[in-house]
Amino acid sequence: MKSFTVLEGLVAPMDRANVDTDMIIPKQFLKSIKRSGFGPNLFDEMRYLDEGQPGEDCTQRPLNPEFPLNHARYQGASVLLARENFGCGSSREHAPWALEDYGFRCVIAPSFADIFYNNCFKNGILPVVLPEAAVEQLFQALYVEEGYRLEIDLEQQEVRTGEGQVFGFSVDAARKQCLLKGLDDIGVTLESAAAIRQFETRWRAQSPWLFDVIRKEQR
Amino acid sequence: MAGLTLYDKLWRNHLVDQREDGSALIYIDRHLIHEVTSPQAFEGLRLAGRRPWRLGANLAVPDHNVPTSREERAGGIAGILDQVSRLQVQTLDDNCRDFDIEEIPINDVRQGIVHVVGPEQGATLPGMTVVCGDSHTSTHGALGALAHGIGTSEVEHVLATQCLIQQKMKNLLIQVDGQLQRGVTSKDVALAIIGQIGTAGGTGYAIEFAGEVIRDMSMEGRMTLCNMSIEAGARMGMIAVDQTTLEYVEGRTFAPSGALWDAACAAWADLHSDADAVFDQTITFRGEDIMPQVTWGNSPEMVLPVNGIIPDPEAMENATQRSATIRALHYMGLKPGMAITDIQLDRVFIGSCTNSRIEDLRAAAEVVRGRQVASTLKQALVVPGSGQVKAQAEAEGLHEIFLAAGMEWREPGCSMCLAMNADKLGSGEHCASTSNRNFEGRQGIGGRTHLVSPAMAAAAAIAGHFVDVRTLQEHSA
Repeated sequence: MKSFTVLEGLVAPMDRANVDTDMIIPKQFLKSIKRSGFGPNLFDEMRYLDEGQPGEDCTQRPLNPEFPLNHARYQGASVLLARENFGCGSSREHAPWALEDYGFRCVIAPSFADIFYNNCFKNGILPVVLPEAAVEQLFQALYVEEGYRLEIDLEQQEVRTGEGQVFGFSVDAARKQCLLKGLDDIGVTLESAAAIRQFETRWRAQSPWLFDVIRKEQR
Repeated sequence: MAGLTLYDKLWRNHLVDQREDGSALIYIDRHLIHEVTSPQAFEGLRLAGRRPWRLGANLAVPDHNVPTSREERAGGIAGILDQVSRLQVQTLDDNCRDFDIEEIPINDVRQGIVHVVGPEQGATLPGMTVVCGDSHTSTHGALGALAHGIGTSEVEHVLATQCLIQQKMKNLLIQVDGQLQRGVTSKDVALAIIGQIGTAGGTGYAIEFAGEVIRDMSMEGRMTLCNMSIEAGARMGMIAVDQTTLEYVEGRTFAPSGALWDAACAAWADLHSDADAVFDQTITFRGEDIMPQVTWGNSPEMVLPVNGIIPDPEAMENATQRSATIRALHYMGLKPGMAITDIQLDRVFIGSCTNSRIEDLRAAAEVVRGRQVASTLKQALVVPGSGQVKAQAEAEGLHEIFLAAGMEWREPGCSMCLAMNADKLGSGEHCASTSNRNFEGRQGIGGRTHLVSPAMAAAAAIAGHFVDVRTLQEHSA
């Protein structure tokens, strides 16, 4: 996984509440058995005027001129500014895959849905929760100033504007460390293999009906 | 010391390691796998040279992509016409073979929607931790299990380590007292709750549903309610184990029997919140106040009783709510002031992990019996949740009632809930759907979904528009 330390980048808006993961990446693209290449289909139904199909060359498709990500001023954005309950709905990790593949490394919103929030950390994306008033202020600044950029510092847990304004944010220590170092979660957990085996032995003795059921298991 | 909630107990029982940074390692008893969110996880294992930690904890079944028409289904995987879907279902088969994971294949009678199949086979048991790469895994909490959806990275993590790194959630008690009116179902309870607390109301919480209405509910009803927890923002919803739970579980394929059954029942007797347990938040509803519900917008919280009137955004003070309402009314092709019962329908879908169990089909059949689907309707689909549900329904003659009314009787799968197979809405079409999400484009691009109970969907199919199912039930009584 890519690590995340400090990101300085162009900001793009997704100015609506309850953006669900069906919107972020529609279902037809979930048929892929790969984990990359979802970027061209990010926000597909809003971004294009026609119906997208998996495997299609998106460069020839008609763009929706009203959709902000299609505006010249937001090309190359790496920070997405969003509204409350971003990422609600399905647990599809294709949503953060699509955001990351498009080039977003940070999403700022007043709140996130739990599963999406968790999935971001597994894919090198930092979801930042800021108070509603702060998000509103950033939206205003973003609309006024073309080329609006922000600096996001995970170590310091700060979002900094070009004018030197600083917004602190919280993030739990475990997720922060994994993201800062770009750690492989599985590798970290396997360091506790002995503890897992110990638990399993005790749990099997205590709840034997949970074992040897779907198939006979080796001890 | 204060008592523990059901969630606290399930968490404690599965805690492998509490770390100083606040995270915890939680042991996973059952991992359910389907074709959409698993291929990248298996690929990850391959790339890292890892094997599954405990084969016997996993059970796989294809459901999202499978066709539901008898003709297309007859050819098994090779018969799937959409080649991208076919590859995904084939990939699940291949991965299960390569990694030696138990799979219920496409045309096995036990095949069906993973959240119907798990409890039905006894693969989900009280007191378990159950995960699956699907947000509606909350369904399994109905059996007194700690169950929630995970992303694909976590699917790989569970396969490789039998654990998840978790942060403990807060406790939310949703208490539904009293009794439900006739014709009001668990789906209406779920939608009424979401209408009040909102789609983010449960974010950060594990929900426990309790109260007289829940105690009186069947297991099927409880599964519907826990299934919809995620639509209230909570990854998990759960219900204490009682006699209803035990009667449901006993005798199922993977459930214990004999002395093991007795030992399990003794352990499960503790699976309830202690009388002095402390919840971070408690919300109370009265069963008598809940009417049949219909959603009108593109979020499950945009819901009204069937006698409701479409809201006027101009009357809303909150700017975000106003703009969301304007957008939803535009997408849904509805006008403020219009009655819910005036919404004309194009299609009806009875199915999904929310409402495709035998009780759901019985409720729909009861309304449909002896009646005809409205001539204005293009299609009314009934898709059983599993091969076993289908067989049971056919043994009871329910399929003949649906077919005689002009409905279609399909093979099991997720179907039009998310339209990954051929079952989908056309642009602008209104659908009365027993599924769980009314998001834009969910059931097909431009499709307009209205979430309802199976009985309400059946009534809508007969009338061609929404109607209070209780008026039909009175006539037939």
